[in-house]
Amino acid sequence: MSFLNKNVSETQIRLKDRLWLYIFSYLILFLLIVPSLVVIPMSFSASQYLEFPPKEWSLRWYENYFFAWKVENGFNDWMQATWTSLKVAILTIFVATPIGTMAAYGLVNSNSRLGKILFPIFISPMMVPIILVAIGLFYFFVQFKLVGSIFGLVLGHSLVAMPLVLIIVFSALKNYDMNQEKVARSLGATRFRAFREITLPQIKFSIISASLIAFLTSFDEIIISLFVAGGDNSTITRSMFLALRDQIDPTIAAISTILIVISSGLLIIIQLIGNKENKKD
Amino acid sequence: MNETSLNISIREVTKKYDQFYALKDVSLEIKSGEFMTLLGPSGSGKTTLLMVLAGFTNPDYGSVKFGDEEVILKPPHLRGIGMVFQNYALFPHMTVEQNVGYPQKLRGVSTAETKRSVEEALSTVKLEGLGHRGINELSGGQRQRVALARAIVFKPKILLMDEPLSALDKKLREEMQIELRQLHDTLNMTTVYVTHDQKEALTMSDRITVINDGELMQLGTPNEIYEHPNNHFIADFIGESSLLPVAVRNGKASLNGEEITLAEKTKKSGDFLLVVRPEKAFLADKKVKGSNYFVGNLIDSIFQGESQLLVVELNSGDDDGREVRVRVPNESVTQKALPLVGENVTIGLKVADSYVVS
Amino acid sequence: MTIAEMEKPNERGLQQVAANERLTFFGLTLPYLLMVTALIVIPVGWLFYLSFIGRDGSLSFENYERMMKSKAYIRIFLTTFKISILTTIICAAIGYPLAYFMSQLSRKWANICMIGVLIPFWTSLLVRTYAWLVLLQKKGLLNNMAIEMGLISEPIKIVHNTTGTLIGMVHIMLPFLILPLYANMRAIDKDTLKAASSLGATPTRAFWTVFFPLSLPGLLAGLLIVFVLCLGFYVTPAILGGGRVIMAAMKISSNIELYFSWGAASALGVVLLVVTGIILFIASKLVSMDQLGNR
Repeated sequence: MSFLNKNVSETQIRLKDRLWLYIFSYLILFLLIVPSLVVIPMSFSASQYLEFPPKEWSLRWYENYFFAWKVENGFNDWMQATWTSLKVAILTIFVATPIGTMAAYGLVNSNSRLGKILFPIFISPMMVPIILVAIGLFYFFVQFKLVGSIFGLVLGHSLVAMPLVLIIVFSALKNYDMNQEKVARSLGATRFRAFREITLPQIKFSIISASLIAFLTSFDEIIISLFVAGGDNSTITRSMFLALRDQIDPTIAAISTILIVISSGLLIIIQLIGNKENKKD
Repeated sequence: MNETSLNISIREVTKKYDQFYALKDVSLEIKSGEFMTLLGPSGSGKTTLLMVLAGFTNPDYGSVKFGDEEVILKPPHLRGIGMVFQNYALFPHMTVEQNVGYPQKLRGVSTAETKRSVEEALSTVKLEGLGHRGINELSGGQRQRVALARAIVFKPKILLMDEPLSALDKKLREEMQIELRQLHDTLNMTTVYVTHDQKEALTMSDRITVINDGELMQLGTPNEIYEHPNNHFIADFIGESSLLPVAVRNGKASLNGEEITLAEKTKKSGDFLLVVRPEKAFLADKKVKGSNYFVGNLIDSIFQGESQLLVVELNSGDDDGREVRVRVPNESVTQKALPLVGENVTIGLKVADSYVVS
Repeated sequence: MTIAEMEKPNERGLQQVAANERLTFFGLTLPYLLMVTALIVIPVGWLFYLSFIGRDGSLSFENYERMMKSKAYIRIFLTTFKISILTTIICAAIGYPLAYFMSQLSRKWANICMIGVLIPFWTSLLVRTYAWLVLLQKKGLLNNMAIEMGLISEPIKIVHNTTGTLIGMVHIMLPFLILPLYANMRAIDKDTLKAASSLGATPTRAFWTVFFPLSLPGLLAGLLIVFVLCLGFYVTPAILGGGRVIMAAMKISSNIELYFSWGAASALGVVLLVVTGIILFIASKLVSMDQLGNR
């Protein structure tokens, strides 16, 4: 087995000395990915009980999700919650992306002292325990009758999506040569026009990635939704969480499968976009 | 005044960052159609001054006039300047043509006229036929030319360049220096050129402004600056030179106790530095009138192709400022036997070349 | 024109230009700042205020005093810290070798492995928690398999308790540790290791004396992110803990949902915030904030 003597590091460690690390790492990677995937076969099980592998296959849980307008034991109307989630996530894109992008541009161009003060404030939604943000928003929204409204949800979700947009666009702008904008301005472009015609086309993929991540963040958000959503406007994750706390409904496996497909799809798009942007350099 | 160019009048421009002056009371007149180089070491304030002219840096106070018009409060896009940046800053999402045509697009010039002027600009920089190329398909030298074409396509009266050749290799850089100079002579726009390369400045400029620590040190033609530096900083920074301490007492100059004759009589007593340019010093067999002589030990002899550089440590005096360099042209190297390292040598410097700086 | 203006030409005009410039950039960050102020600073500030309001509506430390005296609250604090510390340690023990392994691979293979880290990272938290519930429950996949293989005769309880919570949380937190750590390890100049071995260090020694110290900032950043996120964690312990593992965030939630007890919830929240703040403050002294934000 000569390949075991291959050097696998800068310090001339041979593969056989490192074999444990390879096995360990692949095992961990396996454990990172596979557990989430077990819900996929489960969602096609015919049984009410979660058995694996399923003895009989069926689409009944998908039917339940798509067509059973009211689940018997009555937690929620899944489709309505899905629409709410989609609406909120799309609106979140349009709130968080411009606000985060503008702030990133302002931050890149302002002096470092101001940046040092603003940056921690800007990433505070990621740092403050989210439960605190959620009950704070709940209290705040009660005063303005925003609890249970789409608008309130969009505000809450934008708050947690904005730091991600900020960080992505900020690092794109850091890698971008601001002299290009200066050149454009010296050649006769206003600052706004220089941004629109020179900078924007070059960071657009980062902005698109950022907006997809904003979408995903909103779509997956639970805790703020738990407090802020309500009435007719429950989000899909909120309904799932409430259902999960009490009993295990296989419909959730079907919804989970759909969510995995959405996240993986968006992740692939983001990665492809990333490759495209890198190739241009 | 020439209609293709404008004079620039800079007055009292000052920029302070915390306790440090980037520019200190800089006043400077740049003539219409002149090739003016701002020369200085990095951090000297030369680029800051250029950015003040372009409008990207706001000084604390001061005045900048293009022609008769005060522009200091104008935003960059209204100043009508052409500008070339150090790293070219070409727009990678546009073709060569689109890059060069961008200023015309901003000015609302018609498509036909834009096409014509782009072609003209590209042919001026010798890039005919490359208009459809992407930026990433160009070599460093070609990028440089595109940046230049983009800056001159709208025939600005003032062209600003920030170390435009620093990214090129030596050979290409030297070719471009001559080309840029020729281009300036053809287009005749006022050019302000920033560099830290003194040789480049000497090669290209009508006049040079030497800047250090945010202050204007000397302004003059390349010849004036090289032959008559104002102070030891310039003597040291421009060209090669050995600086030897000279004491002037009662009109008499002496170096390490030995009297020397200076080109110009200095009335003021005090301590000065004698500027010895290696190419002006020579190896002397015998002492004749009209030159100053120094005796020393040859400590190093370096072959440099076109010449041989001799490093001589003077016999007399203190520890520092003892070293003199002498450049012997290659032709005489072959004719005359060079002294060996360790031998004593006598170095001569003509009185006409013997000047001191403070 | 006054004498002062003659002495310093255009001073006032230039100040105006500079001020406008600053204002433009500040203006761009303003919507963000307003959002954060309106939706975090003010509401959290309000909770802070509420935490000092007693039952009778007057200013008091009542909420905090009650919290300190209550055995239930002490237990919640202990649980929160215990779970957070254990999760962080397990994540480090698993994540460090994995990040190291990935940092030693070629870019191409490392990127493929990175997908393995990113997919769970972007898969809904709820989905992953649910998946573990399915796997770990009494009639779940793991128990069934173990029984079929004859390892155990009776299903064992691995969910609705601390073990289940820990498994789920480690799974969710691991990417947060790996991402900054991997980025740090990638940036380590491999020539330093070559230099060490050329100077006579054994591979093990080169690792511990050169590589490990250089990877510490990334490890620290990862540990802090994981720990801080664990402190405020809610969903996973709520589902996998089965009511037996009560962490601070869950208590805050139940205080409001069940008892409408804003004072108690706020006081607990303030304690959580202060602890998080202290950790982040120490962290910012040790590693740059940029790194913490680097997801």
